[in-house]
Amino acid sequence: MTILGNLALWVALLVALWGAVMGFAGGRQGRADLQASATRAMYTTTGSLLVAVCCLEYALFTRDFNVEYVASYTSRNLPTFYTWSALYAGQKGSLLFWAVVLSLFGTLAMSLTSARHRVYLPYVAGIVSIVVAFFISAMLAASNPFDRLPFTPVDGRGMNPQLQNPGMVFHPPMLYLGYISITIPFAFAMAALLSKRLDVEWLVAIRKWTLVSWLFLSIGILLGMWWAYVELGWGGYWAWDPVENASLLPWLTMTAFLHSVMVQEKRGMLKKWNFGLIIGSWLLSIFGTFITRSGIISSVHSFAQSGVGYFFLVFLVTGAVLSFWLYARRLPLLEAETRLESMVSREASFLFNNLLFIGIAFSVLWGTLFPILSEAVQGTKVTVGPPFFNQVNIPLGLALLALTGIGPLIAWRRASLANIQRQFAMPGAAAVLVGLALLVAGMRDYYALVAFILGGFVLATVVQEFWRGITARHRQYHEAYAIAAVRLVGRNRRRYGGYIVHLGMVVLFVAFAGMAFKTETQATLRPGESATLRSPFGHTWTFTHLGVSQYDALNRLVTAGTIELARDGQRVGILKSEKRQHVDGLGRPTFEPSTEVGIRSDLREDIYVVMAGVVGGTEQTVYRFTINPLVWWVWYGGYILVFGGLIVMWPGGGPAAVRRTEAGYAVKLVAKA
Amino acid sequence: MNAGMKFAIGALLIVGSVGYLMASGIKETGQYFLTPSELSRKVSADPTFYDVGMKVGARVVPGTIQRDVAAQTVRFSITDGGATYPVVFRGITPDTFTDSVEVVVEGRLQKDGAIHATDVLAKCGSRYEAVPKAT
Repeated sequence: MTILGNLALWVALLVALWGAVMGFAGGRQGRADLQASATRAMYTTTGSLLVAVCCLEYALFTRDFNVEYVASYTSRNLPTFYTWSALYAGQKGSLLFWAVVLSLFGTLAMSLTSARHRVYLPYVAGIVSIVVAFFISAMLAASNPFDRLPFTPVDGRGMNPQLQNPGMVFHPPMLYLGYISITIPFAFAMAALLSKRLDVEWLVAIRKWTLVSWLFLSIGILLGMWWAYVELGWGGYWAWDPVENASLLPWLTMTAFLHSVMVQEKRGMLKKWNFGLIIGSWLLSIFGTFITRSGIISSVHSFAQSGVGYFFLVFLVTGAVLSFWLYARRLPLLEAETRLESMVSREASFLFNNLLFIGIAFSVLWGTLFPILSEAVQGTKVTVGPPFFNQVNIPLGLALLALTGIGPLIAWRRASLANIQRQFAMPGAAAVLVGLALLVAGMRDYYALVAFILGGFVLATVVQEFWRGITARHRQYHEAYAIAAVRLVGRNRRRYGGYIVHLGMVVLFVAFAGMAFKTETQATLRPGESATLRSPFGHTWTFTHLGVSQYDALNRLVTAGTIELARDGQRVGILKSEKRQHVDGLGRPTFEPSTEVGIRSDLREDIYVVMAGVVGGTEQTVYRFTINPLVWWVWYGGYILVFGGLIVMWPGGGPAAVRRTEAGYAVKLVAKA
Repeated sequence: MNAGMKFAIGALLIVGSVGYLMASGIKETGQYFLTPSELSRKVSADPTFYDVGMKVGARVVPGTIQRDVAAQTVRFSITDGGATYPVVFRGITPDTFTDSVEVVVEGRLQKDGAIHATDVLAKCGSRYEAVPKAT
């Protein structure tokens, strides 16, 4: 199977190179036969990479331990569910996964792009083929998943227990899908620059693709947060680790793009800026791949160091030079059609929103690279950690949250005083009410207060927008309110889907602010002893240690500590935290023991119990108890965000003309009301 | 004053505050990241280099880990081959913390010659790739 796998990789590489040449030549000379050849090359590359994936999965499932990759990431007793994910558990397999997903995206772009945008396709095929070819050559040269060992081990080393978690099965592929699919909008942007067809069309072509990768990246980041929270056991979901930052960077620039693109559509401004954002997002995605694979920045998440990192560095630099060179040559074609008319306008608020996004992205990048930069400049490594990122990004994030409420309410071009009064009266009052209520309730944390007040403000703006739209439809078409609501969103998906995404962000911000009130304690308890902790909501939680049990499970030896949980003296349940010692097929321990956290989650707070260890031979146990307020809201804010994103992306929605007139009509009615 | 000028002022304000936040953030929260050899050079060059917050990246010397579970204290030594420092840490060590694993110790070097750690991170080559056990 490895022979077939290797063969498939070589075929894919050669065909991808052919496709790249045909794509560029076909685009340049406008020859249909060459263009068709480029498209077919893309399909062939995809097919051949899929064969390679099947070969690797076959080796994994048959536990062919003579294959080095299989021996490194699986073992005889690895559950089937996790055998699938062994495909991307290691460096080599993840490169293959990356290549195949990118070629699949390329294939989708070839087949789904509407006739209007066909002109870009040969160049898109060319760019995507080059990137795919790069990944395949990196694999063949430095990191081939089909390499065989000179001997056959009796059993594999097994998968790291921390990867044996459902979150880890879905988190990496989602994140990869986000990372990888950025190449498609990038390819369209390059195609537009190469073909000099720089009208509004290219924007339409890439906006949807950017949304796709934005959505995958969002899901990937959220799943990563969830995995970190339930599996790593340090009590939080975001640590500003370099690898986390690397995934956040392209997310920030893409979010900026999704906003500024509206300014270009409506007002013909910001063309250069938008191209810059797309190119930047793509470079950041490659940069993220580079830092997770090169070991250049120490992170707890990174893959083992290997030469592959330098492949990425060379690719990153080459990609940056070429794309910015092309961009610079086309700048004269990207002049704005109109100018900014007023500071108090939708355009201006989008501009500030973009500056804030880029400011946050820049500070995250700077903080991530600071150890390297400081060593290069001063000769001593200086690191910055979570305090730096929080100190910089909390104020910027709050400013952004404020704009989330302000932006959608101000008119395009120039907002009148009457417009401002009418739009802001209700949300402003809501914000004041929230602030007063929290002050009365005794909240004194400055940033958290601001976050909740702004959250109330944005929530009120979203409610107001929905309410006005629904009542307008109700009056005009005599629809029942529920039907009016569904049709309102259905006919105007971008706008109302966007509001739902904003709502998700509000919920997320509220959840982040909740972490300001986290409390924790450590205790060493004998059976029957208890520890107490006071929650920020004024409850007293009592943790009573019931005892320790030990048993064998599928592929591990479990030591579990049991805690009885009581709130204000009232028993509410049992929590269990485990130490798992994974074992191989012969019962010998593999890896270090891993911790399973016990979590009890409700609307207000999470009780998070970690068993740190058992005093040798006794049932005396060391625990860490943490109360994490409002964590539940992170996951549900995430659901809302993804739901809103899906609404924005969902295809169809009636003939375009109908959609436009109805949307415009609803807006006009609102304006008169 | 036209809108462009006003916008430029607003933009400058944002860029300025981002710059200010970053500069002050690094000044207030930046920490040295040293290897034990670099630390010993620093200390011999500047005898007052005690009680300064820093991170030290090194490998745990095998066999030096002493756990006192009841007191939740761990003592161990770290080395980079050049210099060796003892570490005292009160708290919960990560799952991956074992002999000869690479660690990042966050804390302060005290006059007793030991690093009093506030945090210990174990960088695991095994997060994604299993490291063959030395035993």
